[in-house]
Amino acid sequence: MSFWEYVGTRHAQLLTDTYQHASAVFQCMVLATLLGVFIAVMTYRSEWAGNLATTSTATILTIPSLALIGLLIPIVGLGVPPTVIALTLYGLLPVVRNAIVGLRGVDPDLVDAANGIGMSRAARLFRVELPLAWPPILTGIRVATQMLMGIAAIAAFASGPGLGNEIFRGIASLGSANSLNQVLSGTLGIAVLALLFDAAYVLIGRLTISRGIRA
Amino acid sequence: MPETPETTSTSGASIRLENLTKLYPGNQAPAVDNVNMEIKAGETVILVGPSGCGKSTTLKMINRLIEPSSGRIRIGDEDVTDMDPVKLRRTIGYAIQASGLFPHMTVAQNIALVPKMLGWRATRVKNRVEEMLDLVGLDPAEFHGRYPRQLSGGQQQRVGVARALAADPPVLLMDEPFGAVDPITRDHLQDELIRLQHELHKTICFVTHDFDEAIKIGDRIAVLRERSHIAQFDTPEAILTNPSDDFVSGFVGAGAALKRLNLTRVRDVAVVDFPTASIDDPLESIFERLRSGPHNELLLLDHNRRPYKWLRRGDLARAKGSLARAGTLVADTVTRDATLRDALEAVLTDNAGRVAVTGRRGEYLGMVDMETLMNNVQELLEADRLEAIEQQHRLHEQRARQTQLAQEGLDDASGTEGGRGSRA
Ligand SMILES: Nc1ncnc2c1ncn2[C@@H]1O[C@H](COP(=O)(O)OP(=O)(O)OP(=O)(O)O)[C@@H](O)[C@H]1O
Ligand SMILES: [Mg+2]
Repeated sequence: MSFWEYVGTRHAQLLTDTYQHASAVFQCMVLATLLGVFIAVMTYRSEWAGNLATTSTATILTIPSLALIGLLIPIVGLGVPPTVIALTLYGLLPVVRNAIVGLRGVDPDLVDAANGIGMSRAARLFRVELPLAWPPILTGIRVATQMLMGIAAIAAFASGPGLGNEIFRGIASLGSANSLNQVLSGTLGIAVLALLFDAAYVLIGRLTISRGIRA
Repeated sequence: MPETPETTSTSGASIRLENLTKLYPGNQAPAVDNVNMEIKAGETVILVGPSGCGKSTTLKMINRLIEPSSGRIRIGDEDVTDMDPVKLRRTIGYAIQASGLFPHMTVAQNIALVPKMLGWRATRVKNRVEEMLDLVGLDPAEFHGRYPRQLSGGQQQRVGVARALAADPPVLLMDEPFGAVDPITRDHLQDELIRLQHELHKTICFVTHDFDEAIKIGDRIAVLRERSHIAQFDTPEAILTNPSDDFVSGFVGAGAALKRLNLTRVRDVAVVDFPTASIDDPLESIFERLRSGPHNELLLLDHNRRPYKWLRRGDLARAKGSLARAGTLVADTVTRDATLRDALEAVLTDNAGRVAVTGRRGEYLGMVDMETLMNNVQELLEADRLEAIEQQHRLHEQRARQTQLAQEGLDDASGTEGGRGSRA
């Protein structure tokens, strides 16, 4: 069976896997963004707290994804939970790091002006600091998403959802007729998804970054 | 545009600083040491002094951007030292160097910030934004949707002032607001501020280290030395003619006589009339007036009555039925708020030795020439001289009285007389 014949006969399964892969990455990215920005907001004002946040999220990234998922299985079981936890943790670092850099990079004169015209701390954060730090944060989200695309494939190891299942099935049946097709379709699917997500981020950037600060 | 009742503006409130001190944590000596100062309602007071002397720190304690280590701040009748700082700052305009505009918001959004925080209705905010843009001389239609980076430095600074004034605060704090623009723009912005203050009567506290700027816009100037100690706090005239010590005279710098010209404005001297014609007038009548009238020169005004061209009798030959090629374009004008020094500058550079005076929207009001200036400056210097003599006289009398009292053994401190020129 040629690759395209394989895709033709298995397209229903492939589409489901692709959808689940995208959905897992997307949801974990939303979680990682919320959590990451929150951590950054709590820590960026203090030198040591900010550095601690960056260092600890960076440490997570050094754990091989397969090992982390393997460690999570005895604690949270198989399936979706270890996938979500692992992906969210891996997605944190770029977001936290870029958010801290972005928030710290806001011109002190603008912070002075925001305080000076009577903005509360919350108003200053949401109306001035976060919007100005948003471009680097978005870049962080983009980088994290690319990374999660690949890591999500490993989730199949813990019976997680997504295109990783194709790849793992192919590897498991190495030598059989369709094994190469399986690995190839899973890999290509991930690459296409990554491109689509990237395009989406460009669009999101256009829509959410003020024209006044767009490069 | 419909008249809105909101346009009535709040005029200034007095500011009192009592034993105000700021010691930054970790510093040996206080940055501001026991400052006492009273700024009257509606007055423009300039804090001027060398870099690092504590001007900004003093200013920022007024809106509590920096919390004082000790001392009290009173605005109007209210002690604001312990008031909620966020609430306090919404009632105090604040403009800083480099405008401090938020780059991700449009001009209109920037100006609308404080009124919105104060909970104004949307329509009122919208009207106010247009009104403020108009006030600072920017066309609302053109500018309100622009982002700060689409403005020149001077325009940004104007928007910064508009934002500071948007909620109509009685008090306006400005920290070197014109420090980052080129000298010509700075000059214009200073003129604009003076014009605004004429209309609004806010209480303005303005920091600069440019003494000429201080003279130009201040009702009173506080010359500060290190730790914000007040070396002299007096009118520009008094500081120029009577610097209290070497530190102050060092700050005043050379050319005090020329600087005196900075203290009088074109509005304070008589402008002379000059024959004008409008570009809308029929050509024939313009030619006729030039040919047979008593004057051999006319000032041609454009549709908005702004000075456009000088038209001489001799230009008629070249006109050939059209004004397009005739006459010389008006190169320079001064506003009513320009100082006599600006006017002198313009008159000296004009080859016919005169300059047109314009109003708020650039419309023609009259003319200043060398003769007007000469007469006025001579009167000015004469008045100064008389004032100085009188002052000397008063001092003499006072001293004589003291000597007499001393001789009679009755000397106590009661003989000293307070007053503007008196110093410790
Ligand atoms: N946050 C701070 N922490 C410690 N010291 C400070 C702080 N801010 C200012 N200072 C010190 O306080 C003194 C006064 O500073 P300030 O900014 O008020 O000066 P300034 O008169 O505004 O000077 P410039 O004309 O340069 O703006 C300076 O010696 C400065 O080093
Ligand atoms: Mg300063």
